[in-house]
Amino acid sequence: MSDTTAAKSFSVDVAKLRRKAWYQQPRWTRLLGMVVLGFILALMTGEDGNPAERLSAFTGAFESARLWICLAILVGVWALVEFGAPVRNVARQGRQSVGKSLEPTRAMFRSNGWLRLGGLVLVLVLAIVIPANTSLFWQEVLVTQMGIFMIIAVGLNVVVGWAGLLDLGFIAFYAIGAYSCAFWTGHMPVKPPFTVGALESIPFAIVTCLIAGVLLGAPTLRLRGDYLAIVTLGFHEIVYLVAKNSDGFTNGSRGVIGIPHPSIHIGPINYDWTLDPLPYWYLLLFFLVVLIFLYNRLEHSRIGRTWTAIREDEVAASATGINTVRYKLLAFAIGASTSGLAGVVYSSKVGFINPENFTIVLSVLALAYVVFGGMGSIAGVLFGAALLVWLPNALRDIVPEQDRFIYLGALLVIMMIFRPQGVIPSRRRQRELHMAEAGLGDADAMTEPTGGVKS
Amino acid sequence: MNLFHNFWDYFIPGLTTGSMYAVIAIGYTLVYGVLQLINFAHSEVFMMGGFGSLVVLSELAPQSPHGFTSVVWVIVGMIAGALVGALTAFGLEKAAYKPLRKRNAPKLVFLISAIGASFFLYNLAGKLWGRNPVPMPELYTNGEVFSVFGTPVKITQLIIIGSAVAMMIGLDLVVNRTKMGAGIRAVAQDAETAGLMGVDIDKIISRTFIIGGLLGGAAGFLYGFGISGQVWFTVGFLPGIKAFAAAVLGGIGNIRGAMLGGLLLGIVENLSSPLFGTQWIDVTAFVVLILVLMFRPTGIMGERLGRSA
Repeated sequence: MSDTTAAKSFSVDVAKLRRKAWYQQPRWTRLLGMVVLGFILALMTGEDGNPAERLSAFTGAFESARLWICLAILVGVWALVEFGAPVRNVARQGRQSVGKSLEPTRAMFRSNGWLRLGGLVLVLVLAIVIPANTSLFWQEVLVTQMGIFMIIAVGLNVVVGWAGLLDLGFIAFYAIGAYSCAFWTGHMPVKPPFTVGALESIPFAIVTCLIAGVLLGAPTLRLRGDYLAIVTLGFHEIVYLVAKNSDGFTNGSRGVIGIPHPSIHIGPINYDWTLDPLPYWYLLLFFLVVLIFLYNRLEHSRIGRTWTAIREDEVAASATGINTVRYKLLAFAIGASTSGLAGVVYSSKVGFINPENFTIVLSVLALAYVVFGGMGSIAGVLFGAALLVWLPNALRDIVPEQDRFIYLGALLVIMMIFRPQGVIPSRRRQRELHMAEAGLGDADAMTEPTGGVKS
Repeated sequence: MNLFHNFWDYFIPGLTTGSMYAVIAIGYTLVYGVLQLINFAHSEVFMMGGFGSLVVLSELAPQSPHGFTSVVWVIVGMIAGALVGALTAFGLEKAAYKPLRKRNAPKLVFLISAIGASFFLYNLAGKLWGRNPVPMPELYTNGEVFSVFGTPVKITQLIIIGSAVAMMIGLDLVVNRTKMGAGIRAVAQDAETAGLMGVDIDKIISRTFIIGGLLGGAAGFLYGFGISGQVWFTVGFLPGIKAFAAAVLGGIGNIRGAMLGGLLLGIVENLSSPLFGTQWIDVTAFVVLILVLMFRPTGIMGERLGRSA
């Protein structure tokens, strides 16, 4: 009895020793951090800098009211986090009650297959009807950015979401697809043995991308996963430089012109796509529907389950006899060929490609779409791509075009800190991320493959 | 076109860029040592160092200084670059890595956060200083000092090689001789055990980023004023990725390996330019990276995670 009191008084002494004065509280460090963030926010949203005057962006942002607004917002956020427990409780209760009231609907959707099908048909009908009634600008955005990037996002989802690998050179395969189309339709300086139409070049492009993916992946997938990220980054640069510098092969930085629009001539069906964007949207929609169907099947197939196993615990997966390298390679190649398909459609839509269409920025954009929407969930990545393409275009008069990259970069970091599973998460992926944080499994395929295959 | 005739013409610039890569590569390798993670945003630390020194020099330095004043301003530029680089690296660790580390997030999450931070930083720099290259102020006339087998060696090259060597020696001493260096090595070997032995892991990681940032920022200044003569918002991309290749070439996690790898990569890259043409110079580094990964993924000196010496 006396022992416990002694221990108690001892622990009180220790606590006294440990107790910090009010100014030593970590919350003041956090306040400082928020103030710094406020300055950065003011810079982000401020005027563009003038290159001749190196400090103009700083003086411009800091001398206006903008700085004070930004500081006020972030200090407010800080105060809410530190002292606003009641407010947050109300918000949480509100969220929970909304979630509860939505739960029956959700359960109905989950259990009733017909209802789900109905929902999908409705979305499809909307996707057919709405674009026909929008302006030419939006139709153009819909085709050359949204549709293309939806296909890319679905492909990247296979690599990042399902296989748990980070591919930062995804646009390289998009470029390879686009240049394959240019090559097989006979518009590059190097002529193919026979020429085909734009649509018929798709299988060639897919096969080329598959081969490129395997050639790049085979040596690097045997290594630690984070090497893959930087090797793909390097690979992208190689593809870009080859496209830019080899005049005799890709026509260099002048690019390839005159890539034909797609056309179909099978039996009674005769159709030629022209400059009008709307028919391309329907073409893309067709590809998307096919891809979604196929990849949905793939996710629940033996291969998809294998990817899940590798992601959740690579050591256990290889112990049960899975050749992890082969399955990672498969995911990598499937993703690459999907990107290639998007490249073909893009090049035949615009008819003109040059290396600047395939900069590294696009790879990060595609990654941002996938991560924002929700890694591993097809609906999520489609939503992510659609929203993040729509948003900068809708705000194009308010936010300068180049600035959206700043926001997207910040978005990636914020998503990773607060919601790594994305807006519409895949339930399995969400659980994996939580489990990995609790020390169970990996949630990615970044560990070094065990068991033999090391070069 | 004849490599052997002009060997030294390519070797000296190779040594110059190589020592630059070596200094940047140390940043990658240090962070890899303590976190087992590629710091994708390290190239942005380099870029911010370049811009930081550019701003300081163009605001403060006099028009075309000469004599002793040029020396002073070169040193000021380097210190400014190093400080801005350290500040960037520190902020980066606090904003993009620490919250994830506290949550024990998977590696994929770290990498995406890092690439996001990198994207954010270089586009922000593009907004602040324009998206076209900004020339560095000239600090002296870049004359010839002496020649090696008929190849002139310029002042700039001497400064770059000299300061890079000084930084590398200094870093080696810090890591191997000081208490903080012992802490870094301990965390790199086994963070958990180091924590139990009384090492403040958070502090060590933060300081590792700062050291990497100091070196990266100083390298940003050296690159901006000595090699490219200008700074632009994507300046960090190529040197960054090449320095990473150098770190892998030397054996990631191994500091001396990173130094050797950087020097080798710079020399190989410059020697390849007469063979294949200058436009392919950037491809060489990536091909070297892929070849190293294929045939000796542990690098030349071997991965010595932890025993960072």
